[in-house]
Amino acid sequence: MNLLDILLILPAAGFLLTLFLPKDNPGLIRNFVFGVSVVTFVFSLLLIGPVMASPERLALEGNSSWIEYPAIRYHVALDGLSLWLVILSTFLTPIVTLVSWKYIQNRVKEFYAFLLALLLGVLGVFIAQDLFLFFVFWEISLVPMYFLVGIWGHDKRIYAALKFFLYTMAGSALMLVAIIYLYNKSGTFDIPLLLDMMAKGRLVLTGAEANWLFLAFFLAFAIKVPLFPLHTWLPDAHGEAPTAGSVMLASVLLKLGTYGLVRVCLPLFPGAARDNANWIIVLAIAGIIYGALVAMVQPNMKRLVAYSSVSHLGFVVLGIFTFTQVGLDGAVYQMLNHGISTGALFILVGMLYERRHSLEISDFGGVATAAPWLSTMFVITTLASVGLPLLNNFVGEFLILQAAIQVNFYYAAFAAIGVILSAVYMLWMVQRVFYGVTPETVKHHMPDLTSREWAIIVPLIALMVWMGIGTQSFLPPISANSAQLLQAMKQPAPPSAVQAAKESVHAR
Amino acid sequence: MPANFMPTAQEYLRFAPESLLILVGVLLMILEPLSGPDGKRKFAVISFAALAAAIGLAIMAGMDPGPAFSGLLMVDGFATFFRVLVLAIGMFVILISTNYLKIEGHESGEYYALLLFSVVGQCLMAASNDLIMLFIGLECSSIASYVLAGYLRDDKRNNESALKYFLLGSFATAFLLYGVAWTYGTTGTTNLTAIRAFLMDPAHHANMVVVGAATALMFVGFAFKVSAAPFQMWAPDVYQGAPAPVTAFMSIGSKAAAFAMFVRVMMTAFEPVKDRWEPLIWISALATMTIGNCAALRQSNLKRLLAYSSIAHAGYLMVAITAHSEIGTASVMFYLTSYALMSLGAFAIVVYIARKGERFVEIQDLAGLSERQPLVAALFVIFLLSFTGIPLTAGFFGKFYIFKAALDSNLVWLAVLGMLNSAVAAYYYLRLIVVMYMQPPAEGAEELLAPTIGIRVTMLVTAALTIALGIFPSFVLDLAGKSAAFVR
Repeated sequence: MNLLDILLILPAAGFLLTLFLPKDNPGLIRNFVFGVSVVTFVFSLLLIGPVMASPERLALEGNSSWIEYPAIRYHVALDGLSLWLVILSTFLTPIVTLVSWKYIQNRVKEFYAFLLALLLGVLGVFIAQDLFLFFVFWEISLVPMYFLVGIWGHDKRIYAALKFFLYTMAGSALMLVAIIYLYNKSGTFDIPLLLDMMAKGRLVLTGAEANWLFLAFFLAFAIKVPLFPLHTWLPDAHGEAPTAGSVMLASVLLKLGTYGLVRVCLPLFPGAARDNANWIIVLAIAGIIYGALVAMVQPNMKRLVAYSSVSHLGFVVLGIFTFTQVGLDGAVYQMLNHGISTGALFILVGMLYERRHSLEISDFGGVATAAPWLSTMFVITTLASVGLPLLNNFVGEFLILQAAIQVNFYYAAFAAIGVILSAVYMLWMVQRVFYGVTPETVKHHMPDLTSREWAIIVPLIALMVWMGIGTQSFLPPISANSAQLLQAMKQPAPPSAVQAAKESVHAR
Repeated sequence: MPANFMPTAQEYLRFAPESLLILVGVLLMILEPLSGPDGKRKFAVISFAALAAAIGLAIMAGMDPGPAFSGLLMVDGFATFFRVLVLAIGMFVILISTNYLKIEGHESGEYYALLLFSVVGQCLMAASNDLIMLFIGLECSSIASYVLAGYLRDDKRNNESALKYFLLGSFATAFLLYGVAWTYGTTGTTNLTAIRAFLMDPAHHANMVVVGAATALMFVGFAFKVSAAPFQMWAPDVYQGAPAPVTAFMSIGSKAAAFAMFVRVMMTAFEPVKDRWEPLIWISALATMTIGNCAALRQSNLKRLLAYSSIAHAGYLMVAITAHSEIGTASVMFYLTSYALMSLGAFAIVVYIARKGERFVEIQDLAGLSERQPLVAALFVIFLLSFTGIPLTAGFFGKFYIFKAALDSNLVWLAVLGMLNSAVAAYYYLRLIVVMYMQPPAEGAEELLAPTIGIRVTMLVTAALTIALGIFPSFVLDLAGKSAAFVR
């Protein structure tokens, strides 16, 4: 059995077993799910070795038939692009189980079961090499998140959950049409096979076809990212979700969108991607600035962090559509950075919420005197998020801005405004929450970090520093993969092959 | 040449499922006055066993395919598929009916006899190869269900439902019959294969206006029976008013049989003039989905919501008919199977929630179901996700195959609009999940007793099959693909 099969079986089996655990023993359920997620994480570390050996190629391939006709294959593999995203997902799952330990008190069993189902869905998306399989996991990841937001969220949770589901559903409906269309043209759902057919000229899409297909996929991914102006579901979903939900949503689910862009849109439709790059970049930059401006005026901390995600993800999209080595490297690296630092921000905001039962910035003040360690951790995370050198986000933003300059100076200039604004809104929030006079209500309800909370936050902070300084531990497989992708995008289909394909079409 | 009108034994076998059910139905009506008030349960057992036996006979008959009774019937893979489907639907309907009738105090042999007669009609609709036979099957099925819709005769809603169904149904059937007459007038035959041969043959110079009009008139009849726009108006009122198990029967069994005849007539008899009817069905499919989905958004009654949702599903099925291809036919068959499974499960839950006098059929009555009856709520979620078309459920593959068939036939716009429609549909299905999972039970809500055995079996079996088909669709799809080839 392939290592990747086991990677999927672990959360799937954990999910099913959780359903059979006794409902009235929440302690057992928490420990069990924590155990499963730790085992999955440790197991996922075993994947690093084989991928590192040849990051530009697909490693650990598993390929077997699922459905005979239409030929749907269970084709999974890992490469430099998906490796760290898989590990990010498995790394955050035990952390969010710890985060929810005290916070989730009702319907514990369902909550933890949904967490494992969510993990299964996102892992599947990251390792699927068959478009159909990709779509199946894409939709599966939607359902548990819907429940996580809708059952355990804050006041407007139902509205937020529905909006999240319907937005994604609308986008993915068109993606499914595009997937089927592609299948009818080529007779396969298999991504590597499709690429191979395109390179050899056995699958030729007309310019209009490629453009429409690109747009169908792009819309689904752009909603998930979310790209301005399709972002309106995000502040609601993030703001209303329980902490664990916000973390998984921001850190992992949004990456499904950017991952899809790099995995599907760019390699399959290189021409259409180039043709559309300009307006996409403009939207990405608009998102960077808009997200930052709106974040600045948010009275609610969770919504503030949510809008900061819109801004940060704008950088990722900008990086991807520069079609440069540094840009792609930075974009993929920034996906990971955002996962770590925004995840940590949501966790810390959640800790404040558990103490004060409020998310409004105005209900806080002077927390630093009452809970100095909590405040220190928050400040470090904030600095990482605004892109302070030596911390992780700096690396990604630097690479992306560098790429933007290569393409067009104005892109970089406007995007850099976003960096400055991010410092403004984050530090302003820190100032209002952690410094100043400590009101009575805060003073008596603000114990410092517990040992469980230390266990949650230390690994995240450690990673922020490590990814900020030890970039070389993470970047090589990403670079190798983006180099290979760019190489493939440059390569025009051999003219003779195009001619042959056209003739064969006519002959038919 | 002296024709031999004596049917052979083989032909009797091909008609065996229907014969058995008619005999048992008559038997039930004879037994009815002879049995005391306590002996009513046996009617359910007898009719259940009869349907099971009929499935066996239908499969046996299907092993040896061929025509029967001078080509009036055609027992091929397609007919066998639909026969088994409607018979199985009948079995599940009996499972969810027994306790319902007991609570309502209307348990009688009559109900089961009518059910069996209606199923006979549906089997005939699936197997007939002649417009006259088709009409007889349709009437047999419809008249029995008119009575069933008004079965609780003291109930006002039942009466309204039965009357509307009867009046509008007869009206639509008249159109169908008129279409049959025009077809006969043009082609000189009512045999589907012969009509096709006539239309294919350029020597006949068939008057295309007349043929087109005949097709359109028959389409009116079909559209009524499958509740397709613009003839879908009756469905919500009738479905809401009829007893819940009967609603399940009408919206699943009758619909499946109606689609069987729809597909067979269009694909066999009128396939040569497909260019004429394709735009008609294209528009009707789109209107049906859109009307069904948009109207369902605003419903507060569970039965009415399911009625609109069944209209929307009829729209998806018409997309596959528009594709008029073998894979389109196969996808209709697959979709109807998955639709039957998830709808039966959903209606089992509606029957369970409704309780005596159907007092609890508002969406709000589901509030907090996940706490009151977690298993029922979880199973309902499976059915709703399948309706929505989320992967790993039968409904997803159903939609997938239908839209694949549409794209195969270059109906890109219809596929795109259909997929967007299914995104709209997600809203009202999710709303039920919201009520069950995200709202607390109403203050002082009556305690829900655990579901009875019939309901429980139906829910669990259909949920298991919904997921099984969602992971391994090939089993049914291969069968459908092989059978679809017969229809042409």
